[in-house]
Amino acid sequence: MSVLVFIETKGKISKAAKEAVTYGSKIGPTTVVTFGEADAASLASIGDNGASKVLVCRNLNEGNDQQLTKLIAAAADDCGADVIIVSQDQLGKAVGPRVAANLEAGHVSGAISIPDTSSGFVVKTNVFSGKAFANVSVNTPKKVISLLPNSIAPESTGGSAEVVEFNPELGTAGITIKEMKTQGEGVLLPEAELVVSAGRGLKGPENWGMVEELATTLGAATACSRPVADIGWRPHHEHVGQTGVAIRPNLYIAAGISGAIQHLAGVNGSKTIVVINTDSEAPFFKAADYGIVGDAFEVVPKLNEAIKTFKASQN
Amino acid sequence: MKILVCISKAPDTTSKIAFTDGDTKFDENGVQYIVNPYDEWYALVRALELTEANGGTVTTITVGTAADDPTIRKALAIGATDAVRVDAEAKDPYFVAKQISEYAKANSFDIVLTGKETINYNGAQIGSMVAEMLDQPFASLVQKLDVSGNTATLERDVPGGAEVIEVNTPFVLSAAKGMAEQRIPNMRGIMAARTKPLNVIPAVETAELTSIVSYSLPAAKSACKYIDADSINELVELLHNEAKVI
Ligand SMILES: Cc1cc2nc3c(=O)[nH]c(=O)nc-3n(C[C@H](O)[C@H](O)[C@H](O)COP(=O)(O)OP(=O)(O)OC[C@H]3O[C@@H](n4cnc5c(N)ncnc54)[C@H](O)[C@@H]3O)c2cc1C
Ligand SMILES: Nc1ncnc2c1ncn2[C@@H]1O[C@H](COP(=O)(O)O)[C@@H](O)[C@H]1O
Repeated sequence: MSVLVFIETKGKISKAAKEAVTYGSKIGPTTVVTFGEADAASLASIGDNGASKVLVCRNLNEGNDQQLTKLIAAAADDCGADVIIVSQDQLGKAVGPRVAANLEAGHVSGAISIPDTSSGFVVKTNVFSGKAFANVSVNTPKKVISLLPNSIAPESTGGSAEVVEFNPELGTAGITIKEMKTQGEGVLLPEAELVVSAGRGLKGPENWGMVEELATTLGAATACSRPVADIGWRPHHEHVGQTGVAIRPNLYIAAGISGAIQHLAGVNGSKTIVVINTDSEAPFFKAADYGIVGDAFEVVPKLNEAIKTFKASQN
Repeated sequence: MKILVCISKAPDTTSKIAFTDGDTKFDENGVQYIVNPYDEWYALVRALELTEANGGTVTTITVGTAADDPTIRKALAIGATDAVRVDAEAKDPYFVAKQISEYAKANSFDIVLTGKETINYNGAQIGSMVAEMLDQPFASLVQKLDVSGNTATLERDVPGGAEVIEVNTPFVLSAAKGMAEQRIPNMRGIMAARTKPLNVIPAVETAELTSIVSYSLPAAKSACKYIDADSINELVELLHNEAKVI
């Protein structure tokens, strides 16, 4: 099966892009399609994750759903792709199903495993907010897969990809970006491998300093429970859970969060969960790998110091 | 302004998730259905606010069976003008999108609103597919929506910040948290909803592009390891050597 992977290449090649290309190359010979200004050398480096060719559209600098759909459909045609893969992030969510509708191809949303082709084409996906999995069979000759971030580890093959300019007719963009407001420095939550999160147990916004310090020490992103974002202690984009962002980091540290089912729905894909709570009966402990029954105001700064010492000893 | 809001039902967020028939069907036993929160709290309420301010109508559309009618009546009680139900089991996302886009084509709306995702299948697929079928722009995961004349100004969080975007009607939008405040239907609304039109229409034929062959549940978590607050180094040690995450 021939594979086309769509990636976004703003600045450096993202981890999500490397994951998607690694995933694609496990299915078949892989071509990548992207857009924008990334230099040829960094585009060629995508070969390291298993792509043999990169099609780059230089006529487009900002992604929008309509033009990208045309670009991906044209690229799929160009390389004769049977399987098209996008990363299920913000842009992928706008574009993946749209490409599938364009090609009348079956679409798999939230894929977390390599397709099983032993009988048909079946992909395991995350459903019910991570509380269950569904095996989805794609019944069309062409298939589109939206891959959940952090589902596969990027692999290095040592290869290099051929970079080819690819500028098909894309029509016009229906959406215009008027203004970009960039958020301060720090690790972006949806891409973070490590996350430090806190809830109402922290009593007030003035107490988040210790959470941010621990996050900085770890190189982690910060997150919070819904009520904390609702009362305005933290920005909305930090709210994780069923109605917020769903994340799947390697480590999720939750301080002063009770672990309501709606909160767990956004974090239960985390590989390791650490819970810090004064109440030994807090439901979060049932979902935790490691638990500390204790006061976040004591434990979080202590943990920060301990990790600092550990990191220093590693150098 | 004519607005179409896509409404689906979803199991209550506290529902126990289990499967029957050899793990091929969701076990609905004891499950309470609610209106999918993104559809109700954000898409529908913002559509109502816009028509209340500027005039116009809000029609809801649901692809489903008579079992979905209570969900639809709730949307009417909150304030929708009328409702359409495409009478069919929601087979797969392409099928659902096809039904919605066919109805939208025949009745030309200024804006089609969907929720960010259904909280059961978390597919986030319908809006994007409907937009392609209508050949309209799709503004995804929008948190603020204002319309003036033919132009809408939208805001949404993107990785690393937020963006303000502009799009002309007609377009399709998926609503995320922040777009509006939840409205609780009052007695008058509930009474009025009983007599508002709920038009049941037949489905158009489409092939089933995908099908769910089976479900499974995650492996049970092993019990939590408790660490004493006074021996925090033990936790660091476990995170490094056992979990291998730092
Ligand atoms: C439809 C629906 C959708 C929802 N979606 C979400 C969602 O997406 N995300 C989400 O988070 N919630 C969501 N909720 C809300 C959810 O049900 C809970 O109310 C919420 O997660 C609780 O937040 P919390 O744990 O911060 O606060 P609380 O439940 O108040 O818990 C605070 C915790 O802190 C502990 N604590 C207190 N002091 C300390 C201390 N000094 N040190 C350590 N621990 C301490 C307490 O023991 C307690 O366990 C949703 C609810 C509904 C109905
Ligand atoms: N059966 C349905 N009938 C009408 N609208 C639906 C249906 N299923 C999903 N939707 C809409 O599409 C959005 C995204 O759903 P999904 O793609 O399933 O995550 C929902 O928030 C609804 O607005």
